[in-house]
Amino acid sequence: MNLESLYQEIILDHYKHPRGRGLRDPYAVEVHHVNPTCGDELTVRVELDGDTVTDVSYDGQGCSISQASASVLFEQLVGHSITEDLAVTDEFVALMQGRGQVEPDEEVLGDAVAFAGVAKYPARVKCALLAWMAWKDAVSQAVASQTPEVAP
Amino acid sequence: MTTMHAPLTGLLDVERVAADFPILSRTVRNGNRLVYLDSGATSQKPVSVLDAEREFYTRHNAAVHRGAHLLAEEATDAYEGARERIAALIGAHTRELVFTKNATEAINLVAYSFSNATAKAQHGRPLPEGAERFILKPGDEIVVTEMEHHANLVPWQEVCDKTGAVLRWIGVDDDGRLDLDDPVHGLDAVLGERTRVVALTHQSNVLGTVTPARRIAAAAHAVGALVVLDACQSVPHMPVDVTTLGADFLAFSGHKMLGPSGIGVLWGRYELLDSMPPFLSGGSMIEVVRMEGSTFAPPPQRFEAGVPMAAQAVGLGAAVDYLNAITSADGALTGLDAVAAHEHALTVYALEALADLPGVRVVGPVDSESRGSAVSFLVDGVHAHDVGQVLDDRGVEVRVGHHCAWPLHRRFGVAATTRATFYVYNGTRDVDDLVAAVRHAQAFFGVAGGAAS
Repeated sequence: MNLESLYQEIILDHYKHPRGRGLRDPYAVEVHHVNPTCGDELTVRVELDGDTVTDVSYDGQGCSISQASASVLFEQLVGHSITEDLAVTDEFVALMQGRGQVEPDEEVLGDAVAFAGVAKYPARVKCALLAWMAWKDAVSQAVASQTPEVAP
Repeated sequence: MTTMHAPLTGLLDVERVAADFPILSRTVRNGNRLVYLDSGATSQKPVSVLDAEREFYTRHNAAVHRGAHLLAEEATDAYEGARERIAALIGAHTRELVFTKNATEAINLVAYSFSNATAKAQHGRPLPEGAERFILKPGDEIVVTEMEHHANLVPWQEVCDKTGAVLRWIGVDDDGRLDLDDPVHGLDAVLGERTRVVALTHQSNVLGTVTPARRIAAAAHAVGALVVLDACQSVPHMPVDVTTLGADFLAFSGHKMLGPSGIGVLWGRYELLDSMPPFLSGGSMIEVVRMEGSTFAPPPQRFEAGVPMAAQAVGLGAAVDYLNAITSADGALTGLDAVAAHEHALTVYALEALADLPGVRVVGPVDSESRGSAVSFLVDGVHAHDVGQVLDDRGVEVRVGHHCAWPLHRRFGVAATTRATFYVYNGTRDVDDLVAAVRHAQAFFGVAGGAAS
């Protein structure tokens, strides 16, 4: 195990050149999540069009892992259905919590497979999950607030 | 490009000291030597402390202050003997020394004395003589500082929420010193006739700043307030004498001073302890128990409910013995004087080495005057977590984050710092390894100042 397995090129690239960073309008729900042990924070906005995730915008500050993870999340999730995105999220969470024992499915995860090495550093798992937990929170709230309109 | 450094004096024979700490001989990631620079979080333990705990369990284990059998007698003697040695270290009487789980619990004990006395007074329930000093009224003020560890901040916020008291604080200047002359957050501006408590750190766990505790205590006493000193980072590292400090209460943890985890200390002036209602209640803190109500033992037993952590107290006693016996390499100093001189020399060395590194900025005093050995810094362009990860990869174990002092980090406009803290087993070689690892982190993340190595 070495530093390069943790800080894969993809991660460093997303950290230095974040995709989709910055908070945008319109949005259905905005959430603010913090990692209380280190003070990293992230604001995430989710916009939906029916079952499609039309935007996930974000801003925050933190380590390379937490910020790159948000950038990868943006790339992987925007433009897909909520169902698909939640499946990707579940796969990513399982990978992160697998202590290095879970084999990542690149088909599902795309660039997010680069975080596989993080799972071997328990102290950093929360960094990688910050954006994903925030997005999951936001989309749940957005779906919940849509429900009355959808219901007959 | 090296700067001329003044020769270091007062150092301990670090190799000899380190040989007493079994953990320091292990290797860490990638087979690297362990460079332990996180003693501010918790210190490592010498074999004499481990032996003392083991000896207690293998020879004398029994519930202290209970039972009349031989083991109970020996265990009680060991426990109370430890109290004597720990009290002597800080110039205290044994009856003024309360064992707690850690310093956090010790501070909470004092904080709860205020909220408990206030609650009992509201219902006209019995309180010890003199408890008025602990009854708060809405609008009374509790003063802390902006550099407090959460352990000496959050308990006071809780007291305020329970009693209607108001929290005020002394600010911190750009150098990392208390800004005592500030018109808004200075000493005169914050202290007043409604001030009931002044709770402050003796030495910042982030900045290393040693606060002018005596001056602040005098000002607090002038307005009739009680002074609570968080001594977690001072008692392990320098001579502390409660008879000259001016504080009314002093809290510290055993695990930060070579002792076991699970043991902390609250020192308080006896007449104050004696006028405080209980904190945790139950067995062995009582005088008489009836179904209608109970009366309580005098201090310190009043505050030691339940079977206490005897082995840990004994271990802390052994740690105090170890610290008292430590001698500087030139034989000139012993005990905490030797510890303080050693850390001072190392801090000077570390501050100079970090100052020589482009792209590295120390948060806190950059001079070594009234300064302990916590050295926190920022590496431009690399988040503290990432710095820590690269350091860890090379065996250099530091703390990263806000170090339980979030408001202080906010004051400096940063979310996280990298912190190195030194103790008796650290030497200049450790500082050199730290500096090399920081340069490596800069190179790894491709920021200015880095050098491949």
